Amino acid sequence: MVAELLQFLFSGVTVGATYALVGLGFAIIYNASQVINFAQGEFVMIAGMSTVTLLNAGIPMPVAILIAVAITIAAGLLLEKLAIEPARDASVVTLIIITIGASIFLRGAAELIWGRGFHSMPAFSGSDPIIIGGAAMLPQSLWVAGATIVIIAVMRWFFTRTLLGKAMLATSYNPLVARLMGINTRFILSLSFGMAAMLGGIAGILIAPISLTYPEVGVMLGLKGFCAAILGGLGNPMGAIAGGLIVGISEALTAGYVSSAYKDAVAFVIILVVLVVMPNGLFGIRGTERV
Amino acid sequence: MTGFWQPRVGGLLTLALIIAVLPVFLPNAFYFDVVILIGINATICVGLNLLIGYAGQISLGHAGFFGLGAYASAVLTDSAGWPPLLSLLVGAIAIGALAFIVAEPILKLKGHYLAMGTLGLGIIISIALNQEVTITGGPDGMPVATFSVLGWRISDERTWYWIVGGLLLVSTWLTLNLIDSPVGRALRSVHGSEVAAAVTGVDVTRYKVLVFVVSAVLASLSGSLFAHYSGFITPAEAGFGHSIELVTMVVLGGMASTFGAIVGAAILTALPQLLTAFHDFEMLAFGAILMGTMIFMRKGLVPSLIELVKRVRAER
Repeated sequence: MVAELLQFLFSGVTVGATYALVGLGFAIIYNASQVINFAQGEFVMIAGMSTVTLLNAGIPMPVAILIAVAITIAAGLLLEKLAIEPARDASVVTLIIITIGASIFLRGAAELIWGRGFHSMPAFSGSDPIIIGGAAMLPQSLWVAGATIVIIAVMRWFFTRTLLGKAMLATSYNPLVARLMGINTRFILSLSFGMAAMLGGIAGILIAPISLTYPEVGVMLGLKGFCAAILGGLGNPMGAIAGGLIVGISEALTAGYVSSAYKDAVAFVIILVVLVVMPNGLFGIRGTERV
Repeated sequence: MTGFWQPRVGGLLTLALIIAVLPVFLPNAFYFDVVILIGINATICVGLNLLIGYAGQISLGHAGFFGLGAYASAVLTDSAGWPPLLSLLVGAIAIGALAFIVAEPILKLKGHYLAMGTLGLGIIISIALNQEVTITGGPDGMPVATFSVLGWRISDERTWYWIVGGLLLVSTWLTLNLIDSPVGRALRSVHGSEVAAAVTGVDVTRYKVLVFVVSAVLASLSGSLFAHYSGFITPAEAGFGHSIELVTMVVLGGMASTFGAIVGAAILTALPQLLTAFHDFEMLAFGAILMGTMIFMRKGLVPSLIELVKRVRAER
């Protein structure tokens, strides 16, 4: 009984951590630009695929991972420069369609480069399960959890202790005032895409040994990350992380106790129920609308 | 705008003319097939544009209603043995009722939260269609009986062309009338500012729910016709990808322009057929065209072109 529950929790936290990182990317871009980046899931895919290719080329894993993250960050920066910045003052719906176009474009590029097949990636440190309380846990799950905790700590430090992080927060509260205070909001926008790409990329590399990687892998992951960001209250980075964990754990519990067929629906059922009761998410700011 | 160039008169006549003359220029069944699919997508987009373009409420889940309509027709004619026309109407009424029930809580949401809510609704519908294998046949899809009215079986492309063309014309006519009525003005006021609309006495919720139900019913009707026309359906018709495609059609053609929605549907339905010539580059090209159009013509094709024509005229 307990072992079973523990087993579901392990897998829930592992997947949830991935959603959390992707959701954090959504929140960061949203804060800098009010844009929802539907190509967020493609960052996950690019990083996973690049790592596999580099490993196959015989490059040692730590170097391969660094290069793959760099490639993903470059993709994020290019996306911002070539597609988002030229349409800066367009309406929100137009910007959403642009990021959807980007996501289709990136998937098309991935199919050209890597083909449509599935690729597997070796785990960071072996795949002999560790037995805890009768439940088996993959060592890779520890890597996922550990890396996520480190990233959250670094992000907290960045947003509360560094000038750049505070400048990003200031931009999210009021871009015009931030600019008047001498903050280069254009740079902040580029930075936000770079950071979101990095987070998505790291998530993609961490989860690839567990879930395989293929050109379409980012679609559902991106949507679940969006779920996480909305669940926690859009624009609230720590909310996105909580949202990701809630989604991941509920999914694992549903798959275990109720029905694995409806696993993917859980995130969306939760989000509908929460939004009906709390239209701004769990930790969203409940402000009054200015007219 | 007065007289002929009022969209309600001139635009509708132009559309009727195009539908009437087009078959002459269609050399074979393949072209008929593409044009019929355009008509089906255009009908959904005309309704979706009411919701997105006029009332300003985004929906990333409308393929769900399309898919439910398709499966309602397929299941009711196949398992229950109902006549196709009855199945189509019952499906449309049931889906209208479903839309009515979910509309109020969902349309309370705003902006990206609304996008998430509708997206979630669509995905739940598509997962249910995928998983309820005993009813829907699961991911493999299910065959659909030939459409027939009072014993008259409709299976050739030309008849389908007139049915779909007729439905598009009627829904466009109804939509244009709705937009020019007090309801249309109320909708635009909701788009402009919900609070201002409410203050001036517009029942904001009622109008939002109304267009949501209208657009869902149009999607359901199109879904039923699509099911009978194609003879085979899969849950992918209800999927997230299809929902996105529909919104893209509306936005690419031009929001708050009924004919823009039709043009958008035509382009995005025909484009993949043309792009098959590019083989492996198909997705790449599609994504690039989508991004490029939205970056350089932010208001969408039709409004941007109308502006261009006006500017050229003013310079003369």
